[in-house]
Amino acid sequence: MNTVVLIMIEFFLTGLFAVGGGLATIPFLEEMSVKYGWFSLDMLSTMIAVSESTPGPIGVNMATYIGNVMNGPLMGIITTLSLVAPSFLVILLVSRVLEKFQKSKLVQNLFYGLRPAVVALILSACLGIFKTTFLLPEAFSLNFVNLALFGVLLFVYKKYKLNPIVLISICAVLGIVLSL
Amino acid sequence: MKDQKNSLDIKKLARASFCLTFSFLNHTITPVIKLKKYLEYYLTWFRIGLFTFGGGYAMLPMIEKEVIERHHWTTEDEVMNYYAIAQCTPGVIAVNVSTFVGYFQSGVLGALVSTLGVISPSILIISAIAGILSSFSDLAVVQHALAGIRIAVSILMSTSIIKLFKKGVVDIYTSVIFGVALVIAVMSNVPTVLIVISAGALGVIFSMLKAKGARS
Repeated sequence: MNTVVLIMIEFFLTGLFAVGGGLATIPFLEEMSVKYGWFSLDMLSTMIAVSESTPGPIGVNMATYIGNVMNGPLMGIITTLSLVAPSFLVILLVSRVLEKFQKSKLVQNLFYGLRPAVVALILSACLGIFKTTFLLPEAFSLNFVNLALFGVLLFVYKKYKLNPIVLISICAVLGIVLSL
Repeated sequence: MKDQKNSLDIKKLARASFCLTFSFLNHTITPVIKLKKYLEYYLTWFRIGLFTFGGGYAMLPMIEKEVIERHHWTTEDEVMNYYAIAQCTPGVIAVNVSTFVGYFQSGVLGALVSTLGVISPSILIISAIAGILSSFSDLAVVQHALAGIRIAVSILMSTSIIKLFKKGVVDIYTSVIFGVALVIAVMSNVPTVLIVISAGALGVIFSMLKAKGARS
Protein backbone atom coordinates (compact mmCIF):
# COMPACT_ATOMS: atom_id res chain seq x y z
CA MET A 1 0.00 0.00 0.00
CA ASN A 2 1.06 3.57 -0.66
CA THR A 3 2.90 4.90 2.41
CA VAL A 4 1.01 8.21 2.40
CA VAL A 5 -2.33 6.40 2.43
CA LEU A 6 -1.09 4.13 5.22
CA ILE A 7 0.02 7.18 7.23
CA MET A 8 -3.36 8.81 6.71
CA ILE A 9 -5.17 5.65 7.86
CA GLU A 10 -2.94 5.27 10.95
CA PHE A 11 -3.44 8.88 12.04
CA PHE A 12 -7.16 8.66 11.33
CA LEU A 13 -7.41 5.57 13.56
CA THR A 14 -5.38 7.33 16.26
CA GLY A 15 -7.77 10.25 16.14
CA LEU A 16 -10.71 7.87 16.30
CA PHE A 17 -9.56 5.82 19.30
CA ALA A 18 -7.72 8.37 21.46
CA VAL A 19 -10.56 9.45 23.74
CA GLY A 20 -10.10 12.37 26.12
CA GLY A 21 -7.81 14.90 24.52
CA GLY A 22 -4.41 15.29 22.89
CA LEU A 23 -2.23 13.49 25.43
CA ALA A 24 -4.30 10.34 24.90
CA THR A 25 -2.70 10.04 21.45
CA ILE A 26 0.80 9.41 22.83
CA PRO A 27 0.46 5.61 23.32
CA PHE A 28 -0.84 5.29 19.76
CA LEU A 29 2.12 7.26 18.40
CA GLU A 30 4.51 5.05 20.38
CA GLU A 31 2.94 1.99 18.83
CA MET A 32 3.24 3.54 15.37
CA SER A 33 6.92 4.26 15.95
CA VAL A 34 7.60 0.65 16.97
CA LYS A 35 5.47 -0.86 14.21
CA TYR A 36 6.58 1.23 11.20
CA GLY A 37 9.71 3.13 12.28
CA TRP A 38 8.48 6.33 10.61
CA PHE A 39 9.98 8.26 13.51
CA SER A 40 12.06 7.29 16.54
CA LEU A 41 10.88 7.03 20.14
CA ASP A 42 13.38 9.77 21.06
CA MET A 43 11.58 12.05 18.66
CA LEU A 44 8.38 11.52 20.64
CA SER A 45 9.84 13.10 23.76
CA THR A 46 11.07 16.08 21.71
CA MET A 47 7.59 16.20 20.20
CA ILE A 48 5.94 16.43 23.62
CA ALA A 49 8.34 19.20 24.69
CA VAL A 50 7.77 21.22 21.52
CA SER A 51 4.00 20.69 21.60
CA GLU A 52 3.74 21.89 25.16
CA SER A 53 5.93 24.94 24.57
CA THR A 54 4.14 26.23 21.48
CA PRO A 55 0.61 27.64 21.32
CA GLY A 56 -2.29 25.53 20.12
CA PRO A 57 -4.06 22.33 21.14
CA ILE A 58 -1.42 19.75 22.14
CA GLY A 59 -2.85 16.93 20.01
CA VAL A 60 -2.77 19.09 16.90
CA ASN A 61 0.77 20.30 17.64
CA MET A 62 2.01 16.73 18.07
CA ALA A 63 0.50 15.52 14.80
CA THR A 64 1.93 18.50 12.90
CA TYR A 65 5.37 18.02 14.45
CA ILE A 66 5.55 14.30 13.68
CA GLY A 67 4.41 14.87 10.09
CA ASN A 68 7.05 17.57 9.65
CA VAL A 69 9.76 15.31 11.04
CA MET A 70 8.67 12.48 8.74
CA ASN A 71 8.55 14.41 5.49
CA GLY A 72 8.29 18.20 5.63
CA PRO A 73 5.42 20.68 6.06
CA LEU A 74 3.05 19.05 3.55
CA MET A 75 3.16 15.77 5.49
CA GLY A 76 2.55 17.85 8.64
CA ILE A 77 -0.71 19.08 7.16
CA ILE A 78 -1.69 15.56 6.03
CA THR A 79 -1.08 13.98 9.46
CA THR A 80 -2.90 16.82 11.24
CA LEU A 81 -5.98 16.69 9.03
CA SER A 82 -6.08 12.88 9.27
CA LEU A 83 -5.90 13.03 13.08
CA VAL A 84 -8.56 15.72 13.32
CA ALA A 85 -11.02 14.25 10.78
CA PRO A 86 -12.59 11.60 13.07
CA SER A 87 -13.30 14.10 15.89
CA PHE A 88 -14.83 16.44 13.39
CA LEU A 89 -17.09 13.78 11.90
CA VAL A 90 -18.11 12.31 15.25
CA ILE A 91 -18.98 15.75 16.66
CA LEU A 92 -21.02 16.58 13.55
CA LEU A 93 -23.05 13.42 14.19
CA VAL A 94 -23.45 14.22 17.89
CA SER A 95 -24.46 17.80 17.01
CA ARG A 96 -27.22 16.55 14.73
CA VAL A 97 -28.58 14.30 17.48
CA LEU A 98 -28.18 17.01 20.12
CA GLU A 99 -30.01 19.50 17.90
CA LYS A 100 -33.07 17.22 17.94
CA PHE A 101 -33.05 16.23 21.59
CA GLN A 102 -31.60 19.33 23.25
CA LYS A 103 -34.97 20.34 24.67
CA SER A 104 -35.85 16.87 25.97
CA LYS A 105 -36.08 16.46 29.74
CA LEU A 106 -33.73 13.45 29.72
CA VAL A 107 -30.91 15.33 27.96
CA GLN A 108 -31.39 18.31 30.28
CA ASN A 109 -31.13 16.03 33.31
CA LEU A 110 -28.02 14.36 31.88
CA PHE A 111 -26.32 17.71 31.52
CA TYR A 112 -27.45 18.73 35.01
CA GLY A 113 -25.26 15.89 36.29
CA LEU A 114 -22.47 16.35 33.74
CA ARG A 115 -21.75 20.03 34.42
CA PRO A 116 -20.44 19.70 37.99
CA ALA A 117 -18.35 16.68 36.93
CA VAL A 118 -16.81 18.67 34.09
CA VAL A 119 -15.85 21.45 36.50
CA ALA A 120 -14.18 18.84 38.70
CA LEU A 121 -12.33 17.32 35.72
CA ILE A 122 -11.10 20.71 34.53
CA LEU A 123 -9.96 21.57 38.07
CA SER A 124 -8.09 18.28 38.41
CA ALA A 125 -6.41 18.79 35.03
CA CYS A 126 -5.28 22.25 36.14
CA LEU A 127 -3.79 21.03 39.41
CA GLY A 128 -0.70 20.01 37.42
CA ILE A 129 -0.22 23.56 36.12
CA PHE A 130 -0.83 25.01 39.59
CA LYS A 131 1.70 22.59 41.07
CA THR A 132 4.50 23.51 38.64
CA THR A 133 3.68 27.20 39.05
CA PHE A 134 3.48 27.45 42.82
CA LEU A 135 5.71 24.67 44.13
CA LEU A 136 9.48 24.58 43.78
CA PRO A 137 10.77 21.27 42.42
CA GLU A 138 12.98 20.65 45.44
CA ALA A 139 11.61 19.95 48.93
CA PHE A 140 7.97 20.98 48.57
CA SER A 141 8.57 24.64 49.27
CA LEU A 142 6.38 27.36 47.86
CA ASN A 143 7.51 29.50 44.97
CA PHE A 144 6.92 32.90 46.61
CA VAL A 145 7.94 34.95 43.57
CA ASN A 146 5.31 33.26 41.44
CA LEU A 147 2.71 33.49 44.22
CA ALA A 148 3.32 37.23 44.55
CA LEU A 149 3.16 37.72 40.78
CA PHE A 150 -0.03 35.64 40.69
CA GLY A 151 -1.66 37.86 43.32
CA VAL A 152 -0.63 41.17 41.75
CA LEU A 153 -1.49 40.13 38.19
CA LEU A 154 -4.81 38.60 39.23
CA PHE A 155 -5.72 41.96 40.80
CA VAL A 156 -4.66 43.89 37.69
CA TYR A 157 -6.44 41.42 35.39
CA LYS A 158 -9.72 41.75 37.31
CA LYS A 159 -9.50 45.49 37.95
CA TYR A 160 -8.72 46.54 34.37
CA LYS A 161 -10.67 43.68 32.77
CA LEU A 162 -7.66 42.76 30.63
CA ASN A 163 -8.01 40.60 27.55
CA PRO A 164 -6.44 37.14 28.13
CA ILE A 165 -4.14 37.79 25.17
CA VAL A 166 -2.79 40.91 26.88
CA LEU A 167 -2.29 39.03 30.15
CA ILE A 168 -0.44 36.17 28.41
CA SER A 169 1.80 38.65 26.57
CA ILE A 170 2.61 40.59 29.77
CA CYS A 171 3.48 37.35 31.58
CA ALA A 172 5.69 36.10 28.73
CA VAL A 173 7.67 39.36 28.78
CA LEU A 174 7.86 39.30 32.61
CA GLY A 175 9.14 35.72 32.46
CA ILE A 176 11.95 36.71 30.11
CA VAL A 177 12.82 39.95 31.95
CA LEU A 178 12.82 38.35 35.40
CA SER A 179 14.35 35.05 34.14
CA LEU A 180 11.61 33.09 35.91
CA MET B 1 -52.00 59.40 -24.54
CA LYS B 2 -48.37 59.76 -25.49
CA ASP B 3 -47.57 61.07 -22.03
CA GLN B 4 -49.29 58.11 -20.43
CA LYS B 5 -47.25 55.70 -22.52
CA ASN B 6 -44.10 57.56 -21.62
CA SER B 7 -44.82 57.49 -17.91
CA LEU B 8 -45.64 53.81 -18.18
CA ASP B 9 -42.31 53.23 -19.79
CA ILE B 10 -40.62 55.15 -17.06
CA LYS B 11 -42.45 53.12 -14.46
CA LYS B 12 -41.45 49.94 -16.24
CA LEU B 13 -37.91 51.16 -16.54
CA ALA B 14 -37.83 52.10 -12.87
CA ARG B 15 -39.19 48.72 -11.88
CA ALA B 16 -36.79 46.91 -14.18
CA SER B 17 -33.83 48.86 -12.93
CA PHE B 18 -34.94 48.32 -9.35
CA CYS B 19 -35.19 44.57 -9.95
CA LEU B 20 -31.83 44.58 -11.65
CA THR B 21 -30.17 46.50 -8.85
CA PHE B 22 -31.83 44.35 -6.25
CA SER B 23 -30.76 41.08 -7.84
CA PHE B 24 -27.31 42.52 -8.40
CA LEU B 25 -27.04 43.48 -4.74
CA ASN B 26 -28.54 40.19 -3.70
CA HIS B 27 -25.98 38.24 -5.66
CA THR B 28 -22.95 40.29 -4.69
CA ILE B 29 -23.58 41.66 -1.22
CA THR B 30 -25.14 38.57 0.34
CA PRO B 31 -22.24 36.27 -0.52
CA VAL B 32 -19.88 38.98 0.72
CA ILE B 33 -21.79 39.17 4.01
CA LYS B 34 -21.78 35.38 4.26
CA LEU B 35 -18.11 35.26 3.42
CA LYS B 36 -17.46 37.87 6.08
CA LYS B 37 -19.30 35.74 8.63
CA TYR B 38 -17.15 32.70 7.86
CA LEU B 39 -14.01 34.80 7.83
CA GLU B 40 -14.99 35.99 11.31
CA TYR B 41 -15.37 32.38 12.50
CA TYR B 42 -12.00 31.50 11.05
CA LEU B 43 -10.17 34.49 12.51
CA THR B 44 -11.78 34.17 15.94
CA TRP B 45 -10.85 30.50 16.27
CA PHE B 46 -7.41 31.25 14.84
CA ARG B 47 -6.88 33.74 17.67
CA ILE B 48 -8.09 31.17 20.21
CA GLY B 49 -5.67 28.56 18.84
CA LEU B 50 -2.82 31.05 18.82
CA PHE B 51 -3.22 31.89 22.52
CA THR B 52 -3.90 28.43 23.89
CA PHE B 53 -0.97 27.20 25.97
CA GLY B 54 -1.35 23.70 27.39
CA GLY B 55 -4.16 21.89 25.66
CA GLY B 56 -7.90 22.02 25.34
CA TYR B 57 -8.66 23.03 28.93
CA ALA B 58 -6.36 26.04 28.77
CA MET B 59 -8.45 27.21 25.81
CA LEU B 60 -11.43 27.82 28.08
CA PRO B 61 -10.62 31.43 29.10
CA MET B 62 -10.07 32.41 25.46
CA ILE B 63 -13.38 30.79 24.48
CA GLU B 64 -15.14 32.72 27.23
CA LYS B 65 -13.65 36.02 26.09
CA GLU B 66 -13.95 35.60 22.32
CA VAL B 67 -16.89 33.27 21.68
CA ILE B 68 -19.17 34.03 24.64
CA GLU B 69 -18.48 37.64 25.62
CA ARG B 70 -17.46 39.21 22.35
CA HIS B 71 -19.53 37.37 19.73
CA HIS B 72 -22.32 35.77 21.81
CA TRP B 73 -22.10 32.64 19.68
CA THR B 74 -22.79 30.36 22.65
CA THR B 75 -23.32 30.38 26.43
CA GLU B 76 -21.35 29.15 29.46
CA ASP B 77 -23.85 26.34 30.01
CA GLU B 78 -23.52 25.12 26.45
CA VAL B 79 -19.73 25.26 26.57
CA MET B 80 -19.82 23.04 29.67
CA ASN B 81 -22.06 20.60 27.81
CA TYR B 82 -19.63 20.56 24.89
CA TYR B 83 -16.68 19.90 27.19
CA ALA B 84 -18.59 17.03 28.79
CA ILE B 85 -19.27 15.45 25.42
CA ALA B 86 -15.70 16.13 24.26
CA GLN B 87 -14.50 14.01 27.19
CA CYS B 88 -16.33 10.95 25.88
CA THR B 89 -15.77 11.41 22.17
CA PRO B 90 -12.54 10.75 20.32
CA GLY B 91 -9.92 13.29 19.48
CA VAL B 92 -8.53 16.63 20.46
CA ILE B 93 -10.85 18.54 22.83
CA ALA B 94 -10.20 21.90 21.15
CA VAL B 95 -11.34 20.51 17.82
CA ASN B 96 -14.47 18.99 19.33
CA VAL B 97 -15.50 22.27 20.96
CA SER B 98 -14.85 24.39 17.85
CA THR B 99 -16.80 21.92 15.71
CA PHE B 100 -19.76 22.14 18.12
CA VAL B 101 -19.85 25.94 18.26
CA GLY B 102 -19.38 26.27 14.49
CA TYR B 103 -22.10 23.71 13.75
CA PHE B 104 -24.70 25.33 15.98
CA GLN B 105 -23.80 28.71 14.48
CA SER B 106 -23.90 27.84 10.76
CA GLY B 107 -24.10 24.11 10.11
CA VAL B 108 -21.42 21.91 8.58
CA LEU B 109 -19.60 24.75 6.81
CA GLY B 110 -19.47 26.79 10.02
CA ALA B 111 -18.04 23.76 11.83
CA LEU B 112 -15.43 23.19 9.14
CA VAL B 113 -14.28 26.82 9.04
CA SER B 114 -14.09 27.08 12.85
CA THR B 115 -12.10 23.86 13.16
CA LEU B 116 -9.67 24.86 10.40
CA GLY B 117 -9.27 28.17 12.23
CA VAL B 118 -8.34 26.56 15.55
CA ILE B 119 -5.75 24.19 14.01
CA SER B 120 -4.16 26.69 11.59
CA PRO B 121 -1.83 28.44 14.07
CA SER B 122 -0.41 25.09 15.20
CA ILE B 123 0.30 24.03 11.63
CA LEU B 124 1.98 27.34 10.79
CA ILE B 125 4.05 27.65 13.97
CA ILE B 126 5.14 24.03 14.27
CA SER B 127 6.06 23.81 10.58
CA ALA B 128 8.20 26.92 10.95
CA ILE B 129 9.87 25.67 14.13
CA ALA B 130 10.43 22.07 13.02
CA GLY B 131 12.17 23.34 9.90
CA ILE B 132 14.46 25.87 11.53
CA LEU B 133 15.04 24.90 15.13
CA SER B 134 15.01 21.36 16.39
CA SER B 135 15.93 22.45 19.92
CA PHE B 136 13.35 25.22 20.16
CA SER B 137 12.05 24.17 23.56
CA ASP B 138 15.59 24.07 25.03
CA LEU B 139 16.17 27.77 24.35
CA ALA B 140 16.50 29.76 27.60
CA VAL B 141 14.29 32.58 26.30
CA VAL B 142 11.51 30.12 25.47
CA GLN B 143 11.77 28.48 28.88
CA HIS B 144 11.58 31.84 30.69
CA ALA B 145 8.66 33.02 28.57
CA LEU B 146 6.82 29.75 29.27
CA ALA B 147 7.46 30.05 33.00
CA GLY B 148 5.83 33.49 32.82
CA ILE B 149 2.95 32.22 30.70
CA ARG B 150 2.25 29.50 33.28
CA ILE B 151 1.37 32.25 35.78
CA ALA B 152 -1.01 33.77 33.21
CA VAL B 153 -2.59 30.36 32.58
CA SER B 154 -3.03 29.82 36.34
CA ILE B 155 -4.81 33.16 36.67
CA LEU B 156 -7.01 32.56 33.63
CA MET B 157 -7.89 29.02 34.64
CA SER B 158 -8.73 29.85 38.24
CA THR B 159 -11.09 32.65 37.18
CA SER B 160 -12.70 30.39 34.57
CA ILE B 161 -13.10 27.52 37.01
CA ILE B 162 -14.78 29.77 39.58
CA LYS B 163 -17.17 31.02 36.90
CA LEU B 164 -18.01 27.46 35.79
CA PHE B 165 -18.36 26.30 39.39
CA LYS B 166 -21.06 28.90 40.02
CA LYS B 167 -22.90 27.75 36.88
CA GLY B 168 -22.59 24.00 37.38
CA VAL B 169 -22.70 23.51 41.14
CA VAL B 170 -26.12 24.87 42.01
CA ASP B 171 -27.52 22.66 44.79
CA ILE B 172 -26.71 19.83 47.18
CA TYR B 173 -26.93 17.16 44.45
CA THR B 174 -24.53 18.89 42.09
CA SER B 175 -22.16 19.59 45.02
CA VAL B 176 -22.05 15.86 45.73
CA ILE B 177 -21.32 15.04 42.07
CA PHE B 178 -18.59 17.72 41.99
CA GLY B 179 -16.92 16.49 45.18
CA VAL B 180 -16.97 12.81 44.28
CA ALA B 181 -15.80 13.44 40.71
CA LEU B 182 -12.94 15.63 41.94
CA VAL B 183 -11.71 13.07 44.47
CA ILE B 184 -11.89 10.24 41.91
CA ALA B 185 -10.20 12.29 39.18
CA VAL B 186 -7.33 13.39 41.45
CA MET B 187 -6.83 10.21 43.49
CA SER B 188 -7.46 7.35 41.09
CA ASN B 189 -6.85 6.14 37.56
CA VAL B 190 -10.53 5.66 36.74
CA PRO B 191 -10.94 6.55 33.04
CA THR B 192 -12.44 9.99 32.47
CA VAL B 193 -15.13 8.52 30.23
CA LEU B 194 -16.43 6.47 33.16
CA ILE B 195 -16.56 9.51 35.45
CA VAL B 196 -18.51 11.46 32.85
CA ILE B 197 -20.99 8.66 32.14
CA SER B 198 -21.67 8.02 35.83
CA ALA B 199 -22.13 11.76 36.43
CA GLY B 200 -24.70 11.86 33.62
CA ALA B 201 -26.54 8.88 35.11
CA LEU B 202 -26.49 10.51 38.56
CA GLY B 203 -27.88 13.68 37.01
CA VAL B 204 -30.88 11.75 35.70
CA ILE B 205 -31.42 9.90 39.01
CA PHE B 206 -31.08 13.05 41.14
CA SER B 207 -33.50 14.93 38.87
CA MET B 208 -36.05 12.16 39.38
CA LEU B 209 -35.53 12.29 43.16
CA LYS B 210 -35.96 16.06 43.09
CA ALA B 211 -39.18 15.78 41.08
CA LYS B 212 -40.51 13.16 43.53
CA GLY B 213 -39.59 15.36 46.50
CA ALA B 214 -41.39 18.31 44.93
CA ARG B 215 -44.54 16.25 44.37
CA SER B 216 -44.86 14.71 47.82
